Amino acid sequence: MFFTLLRIELFKIFKRPRTFIAFAAVAVIVVLVQFALKLNGKDFIELYTDSQTDTFEIPYEKIQNGYFVCVAVLHMILIHVPLLVALIAGDMISGEANLGTLRLLAGKPVTRGQIIMSKFFASTVYVALLLVWMALFALLGSILLFGTEDLVVFKETDLHIIRSHDVLWRFFAAFVFAALALTTIAAMALMFSVFSDNSLGPIVATVCVVIIFTIVQQLRVPVFEETVNPWSFTTHMLGWKGFFYVEKTAEGETINGSIENPAALVKSGLVLLGYIVLFLAVSISYFRKKDILS
Amino acid sequence: MKKYSALLLAIAFALSVSSQEVKEVLQKVKAKYDLVSDYTATGKMKTNVVFIKAPVATVKVYYKKPDKLKIKNESGVSFVPKGSVNINMNNVLGLNNYEAIDGGTEKISGTECRVIRIFPLSDDESITRATLYIDEKQLLVIKSVISTKENGTYELLMSYKRYAAYGLPDKAELTFNTKDYKLPKGITVDYDNGTSKDNTDKLKNKKGKVEIIYSGYQINKGVPDSVFN
Amino acid sequence: MTNILEVRGLTKRFNEFRAVDDLTFSVKKGEVYGFLGQNGAGKSTTIRMLMTLIEPDSGEIEIFGKKLAKNRKEILRNIGAVIERPDLYKYLTAIENLRIFATMSGIKVSDKCLMEQLDTVGLAARAKSKVRTYSQGMKQRLGLACALVHNPELIILDEPTNGLDPQGIADMRNKIIQLSKEENKTLLVSSHLLNEMEMMADSMIIINKGKKIIEGKVSELLHPEVSVIELKTPSHHSLSELIGKTEWASCLKMHSGDIFRFEFNKDRISEFNKQLVLAGIEVNSLGPVNSLEQFFLSQTQE
Repeated sequence: MFFTLLRIELFKIFKRPRTFIAFAAVAVIVVLVQFALKLNGKDFIELYTDSQTDTFEIPYEKIQNGYFVCVAVLHMILIHVPLLVALIAGDMISGEANLGTLRLLAGKPVTRGQIIMSKFFASTVYVALLLVWMALFALLGSILLFGTEDLVVFKETDLHIIRSHDVLWRFFAAFVFAALALTTIAAMALMFSVFSDNSLGPIVATVCVVIIFTIVQQLRVPVFEETVNPWSFTTHMLGWKGFFYVEKTAEGETINGSIENPAALVKSGLVLLGYIVLFLAVSISYFRKKDILS
Repeated sequence: MKKYSALLLAIAFALSVSSQEVKEVLQKVKAKYDLVSDYTATGKMKTNVVFIKAPVATVKVYYKKPDKLKIKNESGVSFVPKGSVNINMNNVLGLNNYEAIDGGTEKISGTECRVIRIFPLSDDESITRATLYIDEKQLLVIKSVISTKENGTYELLMSYKRYAAYGLPDKAELTFNTKDYKLPKGITVDYDNGTSKDNTDKLKNKKGKVEIIYSGYQINKGVPDSVFN
Repeated sequence: MTNILEVRGLTKRFNEFRAVDDLTFSVKKGEVYGFLGQNGAGKSTTIRMLMTLIEPDSGEIEIFGKKLAKNRKEILRNIGAVIERPDLYKYLTAIENLRIFATMSGIKVSDKCLMEQLDTVGLAARAKSKVRTYSQGMKQRLGLACALVHNPELIILDEPTNGLDPQGIADMRNKIIQLSKEENKTLLVSSHLLNEMEMMADSMIIINKGKKIIEGKVSELLHPEVSVIELKTPSHHSLSELIGKTEWASCLKMHSGDIFRFEFNKDRISEFNKQLVLAGIEVNSLGPVNSLEQFFLSQTQE
């Protein structure tokens, strides 16, 4: 029955025009970024390399390759995708309540837990498809437009050059991690959705929570660095970037296939999973007792 | 007073003789290096800069007289130090108007070397001073320390084997000063994997090193000018 | 006849407000059971408890002879319901809506069956139109189709004629009667259009402020021994004087302006009329209040 419910939820999601707003938005943003980088890629790279132009010959044209553009696109877009995920997941229960169909759904021979889980997994499938779509446009599109080369990743205090043959698996892993991160957002939006009977509230609440935690994270002040940030999901949601941070030998040589501090990534993954479980547990326990008055 | 004047004269004479002598050494070395009008070399380049994590690069080095030199990573991305042009000894040996002082001898990598300090006399030169450590027997520059007007000081250590007859090294190690590398947090929005705090102190006032191990040279086969653009 | 539905001592409070208060009733197999009450009387809350949408504070619900709390899935598989408005997925077509509710009820139905179902409610021609393009009447009919698609034994319809035009009301009434009489379905129907109940219900319950006022066969409730008599007179002072001195005072149930309502046995109407004439009281009209609606009002007014 669960898979039947899941199929129904997916059918409903992909029959709604609003679902495709997110896909269209992703395509437009990606194409815009690609267009901008195609025309002004050097200016963009100079943002990162400005302090080193006296010391090094900067190979702008080689840096500006498909992989680099894709990382840049993901860097810009993944901060905003939670909004698109909230649009769907935040509407999952409250939207049905608002539409008046929740009472029909809950009056069917399925458990409330099954309803929540089917909606959660449907949101997860939506997130995954959104990321596949993003991968198609951002990765495949950028590779076609800019070609492939070694990937240069600019961090705050160092830069990493990764061999082109060592990059693709990192993108795959990064997309999987991003899916986990966005699923956390979906679970949170779904939780807010359970508490509300209108669609807007949970969507706004989700976006507000993400904004607040992102600001707290970026403030980088000790009071938050030591208390909130280690456990804030926005901190760990950036984990996808961790797959593009490589380890080096004592002589400074990049180690192919390596990840800088993989234990941190595992921790981030577990923290996000913990949040998902927590949000789902709250959703199910509340929804099971909820009087459906809509 | 007479005694002091005599001493000064003696020193001046000695220095003049010494300068003449080291210039002759330099001319001999230059004559050897002049055998090469151009070359294309292949090799592996290792970059060891504290804030760069880079793979070993397969590079091609192009040289053309008098002072054109280009290092190209044919199959990847490398940050080549601007001072790498100084691995071309003609930058120093090709100077026309300079003063040279004998700095005695010093053992470099097990080889007894003559230390010669060179001071360009023209303001147009990019080099402000250079110290060459020369193996007089083979007439090869084993080490050079070159100070430039714009890019700081570069130290070059070379070892020779197969192409010693042309004054071309099998291995060159270029050490150079690096500037601090720190980007604003807002631009990078890094994932905090606990490594950034460890890095901060290591990044200050460090020297970078580039090592090129040559696998082969094509000497005097012609190199088009377009390569250097 | 066996009871399909039995409710005992059902109570639901929302904070201090008792929406349903110790409600007990039963519905027999194959009958149309009217569930009557004014707005806010607790009808929808009761129906939502029957559909497990609201958890009762106390009381027991048995459906098909089994406790609802313990056999929820099994019982709900055999119930079809339209609760309040027939809200459906507006961005889907009728056939897509129908398929979803059939699947959720645990049955697999072919498109042909779905089309037949839509045909029975007169929507086959619009099967592939989006529900957002439907009129209220069409939505009601589609809602009914969704409630019936899995061939349930018990059908619960909450205000099924709401928003329908006269033809729609007649069609819905006929459908309900047909389901009961021809297909032997049991129907629990709540409605505020009480004359509709009069025409289709076999039994009914009237509730007010969450409490049962009366329950029984409609035929019995419509023709009680005790009748409500309505008198319209401009001489209310004379009438008040008359009844103040006689036994009629205890029969007065309501007085509003020119209208007086009395409750007594039918056979006393002529005697009452005679006394009015003797007292010289001008009578504009005098007659029994015998429609279900008037009866309902008499039972639920303060």
